[in-house]
Amino acid sequence: MKLDANIPEGPIEKKWENYRDKVALVSPANKRKRKIIVVGTGLAGGSAAATLAELGYDVEAFCYQDSARRAHSIAAQGGINAAKNYQNDGDSIWRLFYDTVKGGDFRSREANVYRLAEVSNLIIDQCVAQGVPFAREYGGKLANRSFGGAQVSRTFYARGQTGQQLLLGAYSALIRQVAAGKVKMHPRTEMLDLVLVDGRARGIVTRNLETGKVRSFSADAVILATGGYGNVFYLSTNAKGSNATAIWRAYKRGAGFANPGFVQIHPTCIPKTGDYQSKLTLMSESLRNDGRIWVPKKKNDKRPANEIPESDRDYYLERRYPSFGNLVPRDVASRAAKNMCDEEHGVGLTGLGVYLDFADAIKRLGEQAVRERYGNLFEMYERITGEDPYKVPMRIYPAIHYTMGGLWVDYNLMSNIEGLFVLGEANFSDHGANRLGASALMQGLADGYFIIPYTLGRYLANIGYDDLDVSHSAFSDAEHQVTERISSLLAIKGKQTVDTFHRRLGEILWDNCGMSRTEQGLKDAIEKIAAIREEFWSDLRVPGTDRDLNQELEKAGRVADFIELADLLARDALERRESCGGHFREEFQTEEGEALRDDENFTHVAVWEYGGDGAEPVRNVEPLQFENVKLTQRSYK
Amino acid sequence: MKLKLNIWRQKNREDRGEFVTYHLDDVNSHMSFLEMLDVLNQQLIEKGEQPVAFEHDCREGICGACGLVINGYPHGPEEGTTTCQLHMRHFKDGDEITIEPWRSKAFPVVKDLVVDRSSLDRLMQHGGFVSIRTGSAEDANNTLIPKEKSDLAMDAAECIGCGACVASCPNGAAMLFVSAKVSHFALLPQGQPERKRRAIQMVQAMQDEGFGACTNYRECEAVCPKRISINFIGMLNREFIKASVLSGAEKGGKYRSK
Repeated sequence: MKLDANIPEGPIEKKWENYRDKVALVSPANKRKRKIIVVGTGLAGGSAAATLAELGYDVEAFCYQDSARRAHSIAAQGGINAAKNYQNDGDSIWRLFYDTVKGGDFRSREANVYRLAEVSNLIIDQCVAQGVPFAREYGGKLANRSFGGAQVSRTFYARGQTGQQLLLGAYSALIRQVAAGKVKMHPRTEMLDLVLVDGRARGIVTRNLETGKVRSFSADAVILATGGYGNVFYLSTNAKGSNATAIWRAYKRGAGFANPGFVQIHPTCIPKTGDYQSKLTLMSESLRNDGRIWVPKKKNDKRPANEIPESDRDYYLERRYPSFGNLVPRDVASRAAKNMCDEEHGVGLTGLGVYLDFADAIKRLGEQAVRERYGNLFEMYERITGEDPYKVPMRIYPAIHYTMGGLWVDYNLMSNIEGLFVLGEANFSDHGANRLGASALMQGLADGYFIIPYTLGRYLANIGYDDLDVSHSAFSDAEHQVTERISSLLAIKGKQTVDTFHRRLGEILWDNCGMSRTEQGLKDAIEKIAAIREEFWSDLRVPGTDRDLNQELEKAGRVADFIELADLLARDALERRESCGGHFREEFQTEEGEALRDDENFTHVAVWEYGGDGAEPVRNVEPLQFENVKLTQRSYK
Repeated sequence: MKLKLNIWRQKNREDRGEFVTYHLDDVNSHMSFLEMLDVLNQQLIEKGEQPVAFEHDCREGICGACGLVINGYPHGPEEGTTTCQLHMRHFKDGDEITIEPWRSKAFPVVKDLVVDRSSLDRLMQHGGFVSIRTGSAEDANNTLIPKEKSDLAMDAAECIGCGACVASCPNGAAMLFVSAKVSHFALLPQGQPERKRRAIQMVQAMQDEGFGACTNYRECEAVCPKRISINFIGMLNREFIKASVLSGAEKGGKYRSK
């Protein structure tokens, strides 16, 4: 597998500028002749489809939801980072770049991250111009809040619904292009395969989720912006429909899958209550600005929180990390919570929870101020748990939230398959082994609004024109495979439901590939996953037909892919014999229990190559070079 | 708890549809309403029956995908709550619950409890945006917006596009939805250049899509999971009237040719 990151020459501050100065352009008359497929309409896909259409390209956009406005970016709560330094607190592009590389535990590509920090400011400008109602100060200027992993206040926010407001901004830009006839929108349509012609990505095969009709679309380039694969764990903060099928199909067509084992576990989620649990709900990281995390000092202390005096409370993050306190990065906070619960300091019925307490903030700021900052989050917490966080501390526990791994891309955001671009969470590029809070929104919009318009043009300017359409045999072959697979899922006619398999898969992953991993655990997981796969294909029950809206059939296809992806995830975690960011191998830790990297052997991206059905995948490597940042042991003490 | 569920079953757009009664035992009060339906569906599949189709996605009350009429109320009896955020602790043992899809001319039923809300997307095409090209924005802090105005715009912008307002309205009006969008932009400096044509064309589009007119029932406000105020409908009416008295050119051109 050829893995050239194609990083432009020059000093890091000049790379993107040089690139834009020299990049080949496509003339307006020629843009009209180019058809672009965009799969996914979240922040990355929505902003890309809108911007490319504005430029004059002919865009076909796809989403599985009934409307482009419902993509899961909408659920992001806390905010979006940018290096505006409006607070005059010492922020800069360099500092945002440095924090992101360090936060990612030095496993991301410097040049990509620097560019991300560079365009972060443009995003805020663009969103404000669209009418996104960011929080403001009384003087009419934009307000900021702090987030984990940073000592500056650089996060812009719209109450606890920043993702919603940014997505509605991108959606409004998209719908404007739909009205103008430049984007053809295909809602309730799922991508089920990628079509390659002469080694280039030239189209996709889709299924209309209402009619069941399988149909192909051809294009000059294909953009995947289909989000992460956190739902492989069954329980996660992702939307129920979020899935990996698009990127998994691309992987099976030859796209490299980078760092599948890098998964983010978010420290502040509402704990699970029972077996019927269908998803976990995040409580924004912004809560850690004012909330204090603690557990009882005594083991198995069953007293209600308000009966535990100060002297019996352990504010363990403040104790262990005095300089960052409750605002340590997510991986550090999650592991600390797990440690506390493993040592029997956990709270709640299951003992799998820690307190997030606002009593001090309410005393300091008044209930009204707290309500203004976090009102909707507190309300959501109360709705789910039946407890009032203004009166009793929240109970929180870590949950699967984000996947740093994804399809490998170069500086152009193009995968190793020519013409296949991957944006947002679906790619691997910017967050290394751990993503900082409020950086996912930044990356999605950077990729879609400000990067792909240049890099796609570069690609198109260098390829010829042809009149390829879906009558090419590559499309009919792919369609045939897609229909065969659907028929085989329906033909199993076993006894167990899709959810049964998905839950069991999730348990295996959470126990062995979750917050802490061991060689033995990962090997066990690989065996168990293989067994589940076999059972799935012999005992699955999918009711109904493929000719209409069949939600069980949709899920079955996605879970079949998740089972395969789970195997790759475990293999990647097994082969990375170090701890870094969210990937914590118990065998590799410092005396204080922090992640211990092995820079000599693992300063690289692991890029997995599909080896064929039944064959082992191949692990390739893209070495990471750090020319601007010195690799250090991450310290938040 | 034990529940008796009367659920609307309809095979497809053409089918007439009917209520079917199901009994569900062992419902846990910590479950969400949709988790209760998940449990029912698992049992139906195991019995060899067809599960109930319903729309859902984020299950955090923000994507706007879910929406069931529960005992006559869109999103159920709890105020300011989406269906996915409604928990079974608000019901009691022995309850009989009727579950229907959104019912409105502009939202045809697709299957069981799933409806087609693409009419809302089409409304948005008539000006539910600020026409600003990527890359042409000035520095964000050059635009001063008083906090009170920005907060009020945010109150409107919180709409999740679920369509409960339409489902609750005896006239099937989409006034709350449209007013939220029109007000959000009318309150902000960014929305001013297109303010008049946006109001006129979104109202016109509403009629063209088959939504009814507003006659102040206020049901929409009562069921809105984001508690969008009908004051915004008042604002929309004022925007529409002010824009309507203008001459042709001042109203601005059309967003769509049709």
